Amino acid sequence: MTHDNTHAGKVIDDATGTAKVGHEWDGIEELDTPLPRWWLWTFYASIVFALVYVVLYPAIPMLHSASTGVLGWSSRGVLAEEVAHEKAEHQGVRDAIAATPIEALAADPKLQRAAIEGGRAAFKVNCVQCHGAGAAGATGYPNLNDDDWLWGGDLNTIQQTLVNGIRYPGNDATRSSLMPSFGKDGILTAAQVQDVVSFVRVLSKQDPANGASRRGAQIFADNCAVCHGANGEGNRSVGAPRLSDKIWLYGGDRASLVNTVTNAHAGVMPAWTGRLDPVTIKMLAVYVHSLGGGEAAPAPAPAPAPAASAAAAPPAGAAQ
Amino acid sequence: MMDPIKADAPVSLYAKRTAVFPRKIDGPFRRFKWFVMAVCLAVYWGTPWIRWDRGPHAPHQAVLVDLAHRRFYMFDIEIWPQEFYFVAGMLIMAGIGLFLVTSAVGRAWCGYACPQTVWTDLYQHVDRLIDGDRNAQMRLNAAPWTPAKFARRMFKWGVYLGIAFVTGGAWIFYFADAPTLQREFWTGTAAPVAYASTGILTFTTFWLGGFMREQVCIYMCPWPRIQTAMLDENSLTVTYKHWRGEPRGSLKEARNAASPLGDCIDCKQCVAVCPTGIDIREGPQIGCITCALCVDACDRAMASIGRPRGLIDYCTLVDAEREIKGEPARPVMKVLLRPRLMAYFAVWGGIGLALLFMLGARERLTLSVARERNPEFVQLSGGAVRNAFTLALRNMEDRPRTLRIAAEGLPGAALYTDEMAPGAARASIDVPVPADSTAKVRLYAVVPADKAHPQDFALTATPLDGGGRAPRRETHFAAPGGEHDEGEHE
Repeated sequence: MTHDNTHAGKVIDDATGTAKVGHEWDGIEELDTPLPRWWLWTFYASIVFALVYVVLYPAIPMLHSASTGVLGWSSRGVLAEEVAHEKAEHQGVRDAIAATPIEALAADPKLQRAAIEGGRAAFKVNCVQCHGAGAAGATGYPNLNDDDWLWGGDLNTIQQTLVNGIRYPGNDATRSSLMPSFGKDGILTAAQVQDVVSFVRVLSKQDPANGASRRGAQIFADNCAVCHGANGEGNRSVGAPRLSDKIWLYGGDRASLVNTVTNAHAGVMPAWTGRLDPVTIKMLAVYVHSLGGGEAAPAPAPAPAPAASAAAAPPAGAAQ
Repeated sequence: MMDPIKADAPVSLYAKRTAVFPRKIDGPFRRFKWFVMAVCLAVYWGTPWIRWDRGPHAPHQAVLVDLAHRRFYMFDIEIWPQEFYFVAGMLIMAGIGLFLVTSAVGRAWCGYACPQTVWTDLYQHVDRLIDGDRNAQMRLNAAPWTPAKFARRMFKWGVYLGIAFVTGGAWIFYFADAPTLQREFWTGTAAPVAYASTGILTFTTFWLGGFMREQVCIYMCPWPRIQTAMLDENSLTVTYKHWRGEPRGSLKEARNAASPLGDCIDCKQCVAVCPTGIDIREGPQIGCITCALCVDACDRAMASIGRPRGLIDYCTLVDAEREIKGEPARPVMKVLLRPRLMAYFAVWGGIGLALLFMLGARERLTLSVARERNPEFVQLSGGAVRNAFTLALRNMEDRPRTLRIAAEGLPGAALYTDEMAPGAARASIDVPVPADSTAKVRLYAVVPADKAHPQDFALTATPLDGGGRAPRRETHFAAPGGEHDEGEHE
């Protein structure tokens, strides 16, 4: 009965008392039901909230970043705060580690444990790229788990290596040495290289002695023994590896040895001083020392310490 | 009910709450309810204050859920987080126990032991104590808001709040040393979570017990729905024996009636005492929590007019039908010993026995071994080979113990840890483990060159105090020549 009254503006539906919109399809009419009040007020409250939010917090995208908001809040700021908080939490332990000489840390098991764990964390960030996640190294990158050390494996020496690096350009105190490229530079002929390699293989008990190794013995004595020692026992003061053991940085098979004697290797490790703070370096040294191959501090007087530490290899230690 | 729906009256499915003012009643079931309430409240409020001597290394509270230290203490039982299956098992037992109880005696949990029932009951007693019995309460409720009514209401709600606070406040004592926490609580030095928990539980108790009451049972709680599905023809329900009671009528109507009326004199005492405000004479319904207060009320009425008790009584559907036919009720044992109940009991008891067995057989000293796999082994310069292991030594007893770590079946092995110098390696290492804690040890095992081949062996941790079994873990010693290192040195 109300179909014709559309000109009057509002037409009321009889059943519900709600105004009609005026649309009708096949007898089905659309009602102009108002939004529920609670919904509407929530909607308005959301708008107010959004306006306040835009003023207080970063919200409007700009060219390089978002608007800053009057509270000055940022997620980076929160992160920086959390990092600062964590650092402050650790400060006491770090101070204690800084104040304790590295050799004396073992006397305080709790502090030593903290240093090991701190070093473990720093190692995961800074050292694994070359030395591997398990510190097992790779060809050319020393395994830090074993008992063979090029420059020495006591706490102070490890720390020294970390501080100044190995053959690191620009650091005056860096550990440095250079093996000549005997083959490439023509110091030895190819045949002589083969002979001296044969001798090295005998030294390390990989091959029995033969004619080539006997020829190589003299070449070794003339060219190699000055650094590597008469019996290939190595020399830590120049980082010359021991050749009589089972551990090879660049491989102990014939082809690898020929390559090493011909071209030589001079691995580089960065000096970490300046990149890491002294306490972190100290913790790294303690961690590396704890990996199983750490050595006791050498007795102050005798210089050729390496031989002594070789004798203290674990099987011998087991007999103590 | 309402008139047939008119076209212009919007239909609402909302039913406004009709306030319930249950009348005071006494009787065997009421007294049983008193007893259960006293036991429940005593257990709830008293348990955290029971002391239990566990020696110098553990808390002295009999029941303690020590979330901060991840320990759960219950008298002589101490549970670590990885033993949480004991708690899970107890929860499963509680669930099946509810099935068992429901099948045997219907909604006894709802009627007597449920916290909502207990606290609603408590609050209804407060109502009667302050406002008087049913009629006085109804009068006061209908009265206008005079200052006197306002004062009375404030006083009553204050008592509500007091009970709610004591209830909510008691909960926190299960999670910390009760006397200490109480002191901290009043001096304002307790953890914020203690105040927050107390506040939330005070509010829920005040609201659910003081105002929501039977609506929780009827509208909010899922258990009545589960139970109505679980009840069968052998479950006890509070039953109005209509075959005996109908047609109902007062004594006066009975005198004037042409044909004799039933036993029900329509005194409506069963409705007046009902804590959920239902009329049991309409038959079994979800609002009935089977507290049997109407049984007490009806029995009194029957006694006063000299008729036998039990017009309203606990009764199963099967027995109801037998009674209608005039047959005697079945013996109780026959109802209880039916297969469904026995199956529930078997499962419930089986889980209980299994838990008890596991509790008796569990190890209080355990060893786990994680083999280092990066690197799997370390070649030492002298030819010896070293493996690394991370050991977790769990001492679950409340006393410190020293364990001797040794390698079994690994000839020539020398052991040391990352806190020892390699030179100090030896065949066995003593590790002190503090009371009730786990010690982590990074262990190095060195095997001389001539014996260094891949092999299985076991690590043992023998307590030096000699008590209990020494845990033992099979593991593997990796060495060159194993599957990961084919023949490079051979």
